[in-house]
Amino acid sequence: MIKLIGILIVAAGFALRFNTLLVVMAAGIATGLVAGMSFNEIMELFGTYFVQNRNVTLLVILMLPVVGLLERYGLRERAETLIRRVRSATAGRVLLFYTAVRQVSIALGINIGGHAAMVRPLVTPMAEGAARARHGELPDQTSQAIRANAAAAENVGNFFGEDTIFAVGAIYLIKGVLDTSGHKVSVWALSLWGIPTALVAFGAMWWRVRVLDRRIERETAAAPAEGER
Amino acid sequence: MKLLTLDLFYLIAGTFLLLAAGRIALDRAHPKRWGSAFFWGLLALTFLAGKALPPTLIGYFLLALVGLAAAKQVGEKPEAGSPLAERVASAARLRNRLFVPALLIPATAILGTLALSRLHLGDLWLIDSASITVTSVCLGAAVAVVAGLRMTGAPLPTPVAEGSRLLQTIGWAIILPQFLAALGGIFAKAGVGAVVADVVANALPTQYPFVAVLAYCVGMALFTICMGNAFAAFPVITLGIGLPFIVGLHGGNPAIMAAIGMLCGYCGTLLTPMAANFNVVPAMLLELRDKNAVIKAQVPIALTILAANIALMYFCVYRF
Repeated sequence: MIKLIGILIVAAGFALRFNTLLVVMAAGIATGLVAGMSFNEIMELFGTYFVQNRNVTLLVILMLPVVGLLERYGLRERAETLIRRVRSATAGRVLLFYTAVRQVSIALGINIGGHAAMVRPLVTPMAEGAARARHGELPDQTSQAIRANAAAAENVGNFFGEDTIFAVGAIYLIKGVLDTSGHKVSVWALSLWGIPTALVAFGAMWWRVRVLDRRIERETAAAPAEGER
Repeated sequence: MKLLTLDLFYLIAGTFLLLAAGRIALDRAHPKRWGSAFFWGLLALTFLAGKALPPTLIGYFLLALVGLAAAKQVGEKPEAGSPLAERVASAARLRNRLFVPALLIPATAILGTLALSRLHLGDLWLIDSASITVTSVCLGAAVAVVAGLRMTGAPLPTPVAEGSRLLQTIGWAIILPQFLAALGGIFAKAGVGAVVADVVANALPTQYPFVAVLAYCVGMALFTICMGNAFAAFPVITLGIGLPFIVGLHGGNPAIMAAIGMLCGYCGTLLTPMAANFNVVPAMLLELRDKNAVIKAQVPIALTILAANIALMYFCVYRF
């Protein structure tokens, strides 16, 4: 039971809003010490895993120069101009469309998208632009809500398209775990049983973007927009 | 030999981080000049020479990074960014050409994954096929910078300056995903998972088929919330709860159990700040005031999908 101290530290640290890096490192050190490692061993583990997992950060870092450059030259403004011409566009529909594209492409084994490469430079300006075209300037809280949902659209599309049709990373992990414990399963069966949840996920996203669109309508009506274009 | 490997892109990323650190160090008006420069400089080292330096030393670097972040010595310059009027004028001038570099990223990723991985001259391969999807996206980013520079006619320092601005918008949270991966590794080494599985298995009446499904699905979600990573939770909960009870005791179908079980883990991922790269880094990147706004937006989605998964598994796992 004492080994769960790390989880306890993380929960308490998050609840008390300490610096997250500090909380995570403290949890790691405490767990390591309880399990009988020396401080240097713990530092060695931290260093090893940190370097092993650089690829997680790599993609974000490499996107920043090009995204920054294009932003400076008006990419977000252009994306907004373009979406204004699509009369049927709403913030919610833009996000739902993005989730669908993400689910289908990743199901085919192609990883397009990402918060840095797509959501910040293209998806959020389009969603906010669509809302502005309909309702005029947005109150700050509304635009924050649109952005949070854009991040959700990316995550849902990414997670729940993955384990269908083409087997990718997660499927092999599942197969590996089951195989080593003596249960032979086919990759295709695993993929097939991912499909119903993928559809449910899309449905849940559809529900949330409808809620979002209604919220945008309500909040812009409550605070009559200046500079209605 | 492979021409384009992850190591090459680590060097590029490290160089960019070093340049960003240098820019901050030279900026007298920066409010957190030395702390920030030191932070990004140290991080640059882990990218430039991560494999060459002893892991223990990197561990102590991390301790320094944590110290700087916790002491609030890492910050951004408040104004930054170019004026709106300038951006609007530029958007009107460049029009849809602006999308070309942005779309080159996914285009290169697709091309790289499908075609470039097969290109080779004897033993000289263009792309390292072991990490093909990540390497292709990296290549896409590089291609896009070149295309962006040509299209805008911007001087070479501009992407570094603008990238550095975005880097500081994200701030120290950018390394959180790597920290959490390290914590997950230490949890695994210390055997935390086995304890959790034990507790759940002993506390619940798993002799009922439905309770077994419920314990497995909710266990996957909860343990993912703790670990921040469904992949880390999967072996633990599957070996600790899923296989012994759903398959062993009640004769369920392991393929259905495992496929849906992993997706229950993803529901947990949507709910936890521990999955920083999906939930916290984007909140910083999208300049949300509430660091938990992304998670809050995802709560209804995650709970809906989790409930559907539990129902789906219960009705299918004992039947097919």
